[in-house]
Amino acid sequence: MTPIIELRDFKKTYKTGEIEVHAVRGVNLTVAAGEFVAVMGASGSGKSTLMNTIGCLDRPTSGAYLLDGVNIGRLERDDLADLRNQKIGFVFQGFNLLSRTSASENVELPMLYRRPAIPARDQRRRALEALTKVGLGQRGDHTPNQLSGGQQQRVAIARALVNHPKLLLADEPTGNLDSRTSIEIMGIFQELNQMGMTIVMVTHELDVARFAKRMVIMRDGRVVTDQAVEGMSIAQVELARLDAEQKAVNLAP
Amino acid sequence: MIIFASIRLALRALRRNLLRTLLTMLGIIIGVAAVISVVSIGNGAKKQVEAQIATLGQNVILVLSGNVTRGGFSMGFGTAGTLTQPDLEAIRKEVEGVVGASPEVRANSQLAYGNQNANVQVSGVSADYLDIRAWPLKSGDNFTEQDVRGATKVAIIGQTTRKTLFGDGDAVGQTIRIKNAPFVIVGELAPKGMNMMGSDQDDIVLVPFSSALKRLAGGTSFRSISVQAADAKLLPGVQHDIDDLLRQRHKIQEGRDPDFLIRTQQEISNLATSTSRVLTVLLGSVAGVSLVVGGIGIMNIMLVSVTERTREIGVRLAIGARTRDIMMQFLFEAIALSVIGGVIGIGLGAWVSGQLSGVMGSPTVVAANSILIAFGSSALIGIVFGYFPALKAARLDPIEALRFE
Repeated sequence: MTPIIELRDFKKTYKTGEIEVHAVRGVNLTVAAGEFVAVMGASGSGKSTLMNTIGCLDRPTSGAYLLDGVNIGRLERDDLADLRNQKIGFVFQGFNLLSRTSASENVELPMLYRRPAIPARDQRRRALEALTKVGLGQRGDHTPNQLSGGQQQRVAIARALVNHPKLLLADEPTGNLDSRTSIEIMGIFQELNQMGMTIVMVTHELDVARFAKRMVIMRDGRVVTDQAVEGMSIAQVELARLDAEQKAVNLAP
Repeated sequence: MIIFASIRLALRALRRNLLRTLLTMLGIIIGVAAVISVVSIGNGAKKQVEAQIATLGQNVILVLSGNVTRGGFSMGFGTAGTLTQPDLEAIRKEVEGVVGASPEVRANSQLAYGNQNANVQVSGVSADYLDIRAWPLKSGDNFTEQDVRGATKVAIIGQTTRKTLFGDGDAVGQTIRIKNAPFVIVGELAPKGMNMMGSDQDDIVLVPFSSALKRLAGGTSFRSISVQAADAKLLPGVQHDIDDLLRQRHKIQEGRDPDFLIRTQQEISNLATSTSRVLTVLLGSVAGVSLVVGGIGIMNIMLVSVTERTREIGVRLAIGARTRDIMMQFLFEAIALSVIGGVIGIGLGAWVSGQLSGVMGSPTVVAANSILIAFGSSALIGIVFGYFPALKAARLDPIEALRFE
């Protein structure tokens, strides 16, 4: 079976004036369908560059990147846009929802750029389906400022899912959330993963990374650790434990 | 992304910041309204002048006699009487396409009837005059060729003069004294109103030109001859033939300035409307400048909007918007701003010109083509001034845009 992500000796070099910055110095990485990978690393380790390339927002300086069997090295800007639209769902740290725009309209957004065009009625139906999947089926007409942070991130996940992508790409998805909501979001990720969605997530919190099945750690532009997560956290269990702890100090009823 | 979706997207974005949208539109609204009302005033003035020119008659050519030079100064055409009765006869008989010709010998004279008297312009004309000027009689008859040949003392009276001398009484058949010579009134003219200089055309008495020359003005020459052609298409030929004929008769060599001047009605009309046209163009271009300023306002706000929405653009790019999609989104926003502003401006301009027409007491005409031009130019302004901000948005790098704070 074709792997979803296949990076072969991927290197990325930026030129800042006269100085060349080697952001990624040769990474080989293969992610098969159905995996849940957490990418970790300090700032400057090259993990953002890696994510940008995996997300088809950037192209390798050398080496090859095959997304679902397609080599993106030769694709033009608009072809990359189409590829992102069809194969990748993005979830950002800051949610990045359009303000003063309803949740369902936010979820419909990727379908607006789908080629060939999707009929308006199908767009609405699919948006509602995606919102239901993240538990917000009743909140379609709420605008982002009427939703909590966790709910906003769920809308963003629904938006990422609406075009039925091959890969869900999350950049610090819990960075702006409290610990309970973080666990809830990880619960959604684990559910999606169980249904077969391939997920790659960047995080700098080890606690969050433990919800993934596989952990990739980068340092100085290279992969230094690539292993299965031992004692993977299960969202339901973690949530129950958090409930118990909070009850003990009367934080929760 | 289909165009319909782009328009919907643009309108939604504009509604999101209604006050800013309205203020940005204001530039275009004022510009378009100014252009529409200035042009409508110009059109109204032009129409008025044209209506007045039309009272001169149909397909008329005016031949003016040459100029007198006194002490090195030209006194202007029509000051010297270089046109004679034989010239008139020659034009009538030898130039093809001429249906009538009449001189006009003017003499301000004292009129008297009973104990009433008035100082009125008496015009000596031929029997063709009424046809040339398309001036019908209210009652009575025109004088005849015989009257002209015999210098008979007959007269046709204008409405204003009739009122002065006769009040409500009947004029036809009465005898008035012009410079003490008795003239019998044979006809009464229908009212014609004011001419383009604003003087009353009905305060007039028409007599045969021969009688006018003999008894009122003296001399034997005319300052002008009006010639009527059978058809508008014949005008250039007739004009040319009269020129040839008079050069020949006045023995003027090829290449020398003639001692007469030929003007068609169109030329007179152009002369009369040129002032108002220059004013219209001048004011219109000032108004046009305000349109451009409005366009710059749109560009300014669009640039601000692009910067403000950098993250939104980043998200759109990340989830698969092509360069063209972003370009269209912002271009349509600019076009929607200017076109909606343009439509409001057209309405405002029409209203303002209606009000001005009331205030100034002269008509204003909001022409369909000026509405179309205003609409088209506001759309064009949207495209021109929206293009650069849209391009700036479309060329953003998705990574940079997503990172933008």
